[in-house]
Amino acid sequence: MSDPVASPFASERALKRLRRRRAADRRFKWYGRLAIGFALAALALLLASIATQAVSSASYHVVAFDLNLDKKTFGTTRPDDPPPVDKVYGLVRSDLLERFPEADTDPALRHELMGLVTRLAVLPVAREIVRKPRDIGTVRRAALPLSDDLDLFLKGATARHLTVPVGRVEVDEDELPAVTLTGAGAFEHVIAVASLEAMPELGSPGAGSILMTAGASSLELTRLTTSEATGNLLTGSIDDFRAHPVRARLIPAPESERTISDRQIAWLLALKADGRVARVPHWSLLTHTDSTQPELAGALAAIVGSLLTLLITAALAIPVGILASIYLEEFAPQNRVTGLIEVNINNLAAVPSIVFGLLGAAVFLGAFGLPRSAPVVGGLVLALLILPVVIIASRTALKAVPQSIRDAALAIGASRMQTVFHHVLPLAAPGMLTGAILGMARALGETAPLLLIGMVAFVAEVPRGPTDEATALPVLIYSWATQAERAWEPMTGAVILILLAFLIAMNGVVVFLRRKFERRW
Amino acid sequence: MLSELGHLPMDFLLLAAAVTLASFGFIAGRLRAEQFSFSGDIHPNSRPNAHGYFVLMWSLVPVVLVGLGYIIFGEGASRAVLRSELPDGFSILTPGELTTYLDTVARAARMPGFLSGERVFDTVTERYGEIRGTINLITLCIAGALSLSGMVLARRCLSPEFRARQHVESGIEWFLFLCAALAIATTVGIVASLVFESLRFFSEVPVWDFLLGTRWNAQTSAEFGALPLFFGTFMISFFAMMVAAPVGLFAAIYLSEYASRQVRAIIKPVLEILAGIPTVVYGFFALLVVAPAVRSVALWINQLLIAWGLADGAVLAAQPTSALAAGIVMGIMVIPFVSSLSDDVIRAVPQSLRDGAYAMGATKSEAVRQVVVPAALPGIIAALLLAVSRAIGETMIVVMAAGQRARISPDPTSDLTTITVQIVSLLTGESEFDSPKTLSAFALGLVLFVITLLFNLVAINVVKRFREKYE
Repeated sequence: MSDPVASPFASERALKRLRRRRAADRRFKWYGRLAIGFALAALALLLASIATQAVSSASYHVVAFDLNLDKKTFGTTRPDDPPPVDKVYGLVRSDLLERFPEADTDPALRHELMGLVTRLAVLPVAREIVRKPRDIGTVRRAALPLSDDLDLFLKGATARHLTVPVGRVEVDEDELPAVTLTGAGAFEHVIAVASLEAMPELGSPGAGSILMTAGASSLELTRLTTSEATGNLLTGSIDDFRAHPVRARLIPAPESERTISDRQIAWLLALKADGRVARVPHWSLLTHTDSTQPELAGALAAIVGSLLTLLITAALAIPVGILASIYLEEFAPQNRVTGLIEVNINNLAAVPSIVFGLLGAAVFLGAFGLPRSAPVVGGLVLALLILPVVIIASRTALKAVPQSIRDAALAIGASRMQTVFHHVLPLAAPGMLTGAILGMARALGETAPLLLIGMVAFVAEVPRGPTDEATALPVLIYSWATQAERAWEPMTGAVILILLAFLIAMNGVVVFLRRKFERRW
Repeated sequence: MLSELGHLPMDFLLLAAAVTLASFGFIAGRLRAEQFSFSGDIHPNSRPNAHGYFVLMWSLVPVVLVGLGYIIFGEGASRAVLRSELPDGFSILTPGELTTYLDTVARAARMPGFLSGERVFDTVTERYGEIRGTINLITLCIAGALSLSGMVLARRCLSPEFRARQHVESGIEWFLFLCAALAIATTVGIVASLVFESLRFFSEVPVWDFLLGTRWNAQTSAEFGALPLFFGTFMISFFAMMVAAPVGLFAAIYLSEYASRQVRAIIKPVLEILAGIPTVVYGFFALLVVAPAVRSVALWINQLLIAWGLADGAVLAAQPTSALAAGIVMGIMVIPFVSSLSDDVIRAVPQSLRDGAYAMGATKSEAVRQVVVPAALPGIIAALLLAVSRAIGETMIVVMAAGQRARISPDPTSDLTTITVQIVSLLTGESEFDSPKTLSAFALGLVLFVITLLFNLVAINVVKRFREKYE
């Protein structure tokens, strides 16, 4: 641009106005950048929040047990028996009680101890015993998932805790059961950290807990000064405090506000000190079916349900959609009926998906009497839902085939049907296929219509056919996300990642097909 | 015997019958055609395969029609027969209870060898199985007979002069037409089911009480005033558009007028990812991130107001799920709907209009604001209308993040409920099909359908006219 001074904008006022207009121009450009920045930031936040959830549930904690499958208890097991869950859990129970004898006398404590590993956690082991009876009579090492709340505790997600090393201290056990640890100034750090965390004084209401651990033993403190710490032994023996360096664990949340007790934490730390707790990849998320216990639940049934549903959808929507588009693009005369169909398809593409759910509930369930919660009904509803998408995409693909191809075929005597099926269709096929896959991706993510036809039921078994009760991946996400327990959140994140992985794969195929087959005429 | 026939896997049998009869038909037709096509100097009109397909067509169509009829009417017919045979003792059951009872009977009859131990129930189940068996048998016989006669008749038509290919092709064309007409059938099905169930609902609840009543309590008591739901839907869509309209519009303007080719090639698909993410994922995001954030901001504002002495108690409700949170997330979801379509229409504005503006000395932003956007305004309005319609019909985000309480409150941080949330909560879970509670979901669905249809029709027409103007 030329120098404004030499231009007609010579007066100060004109220059000022020009500057203002240019500033407005720059601002306007920035609004656009901000808008795009907002959208991209929202997308990034969305993906990041889901990814962090998913990462924390990609691994979980298991406890190792040596289960002695003695012949006396299991000898009578036959291949067709129900899995002996209670017998196996009995072994777990006696193992835990043997390790922590302090819980043996008190039923309430026993109940707390059993909270470490839930009863159904032994189901896979029990099933395997039935399947492979030759294991009976041996000692089987089994890694059982830790209860979800304790798993989250170890991951630092609930009952946040801090560890402060204390070192070696003197032990005074004159006033049993109270134990006093002494050391000049040994607990200064602990008190400093506690005050940083704004923890009220021990014993006052709303106070958190401080555990002193050494080796596999833990004390729960009742009084703490800079050189003296008094508390009761939760588990283990006093000798550990003489033999090992001591650590303090501060848990700022008071016990009444947590789902896990101090004693459970002490037991868990003891098991950890024994080397029996390990963090392993959470494969059961892919190989288990849904469960009421987060640590046992998996998405297998939902994945299979989604696949069955999509199979029905694909079998119906893709052929019907492609044939309909062929009719509309190649054969339809210009008349009222065709016009009506066109308007209809455009409108159907914008009808809210939940309305298709109502259609399914009223017609397929109500009038036809098809079974509730079945993939066949879900597949039908989703097929109707994506039909407009498939038709519109296929028509675009047909439109892209140049007229000269048709003219050439007709000129050498092909009938219209032969022209379309022998010449136009093969050329339009890649475009049609991409449209079909995009439609299927849409169907895979749909939730609302499936809720209305009852696919939200709790399904604990992998569906074996299209008329079995089933659920689908997005519905599983919905039902897990709306559960109250905290442990479901990261697992929901993981299932969302599974769903997104399927979607990304489908879109990847689309991009590949476009790259490979796209041609300009 | 008959009740064992009731367990026949009819779908597979019909499919197998269709495949077998069709292949028989094809072979029969082709063999007949080969006789005259290889017999010297006659030139048949069509090739042998076309004759084969002709016979195939006539043996397949009857099986398909009978099969469809069986799928649609089979269950209803067997229940009607069973109902007419039930002893008088059953008349004490209400129609709803009877339907539930028959559902249980049908489920029991599907399990071979199932015995509940209750004599009446088992007898009814047994009889139901027999009726099903009879109907299955009749269906298979009819299908087979019709198909065979079709095959024979079609084969009799064949001759060297017979225009088999033309017949087959017109048959295929009819089939293509039927596929296209399925779109009409779907619309008819939607409208019919919504209107039919709504009429039943309105015979119990007056229309005006439904549309203008302010108390909604369908789950517990029979209060069906849907105004709070309309209000909640409106509020949340309004918040969504407050996010999506400026962001989508400015993004579209930037992408079409300012961005370089490379930037555009990257940003546009990335924005469209937002449209490809399943809505249930947005719902989770709202529940996990946005709703707690909205709540803590609301609590902070409350504290601030109290600290400044502007309020005595909490001003904002600061609920864990709120209309604002749902609205913001929904707004993020519909950004690509606004930006994509607006981008298209802005790019469709002829370059000559821009050049004219520049020639008058306008800066780029002045050209955009005063020439390009006004020229593209109809299309932009259509984009916004489509986005509103999307927001009104959106379900999962509001189900997960908006709440269940039906009330009219201007506070954006309180929980509101919407039409779609109520449809879901009314129709999930086991509930009998005939209660006003379930029927009210269809009335809500009808309202939703009509509103979104109006928005879409207007939007589609505006876009069409806009295209005609510039292309």
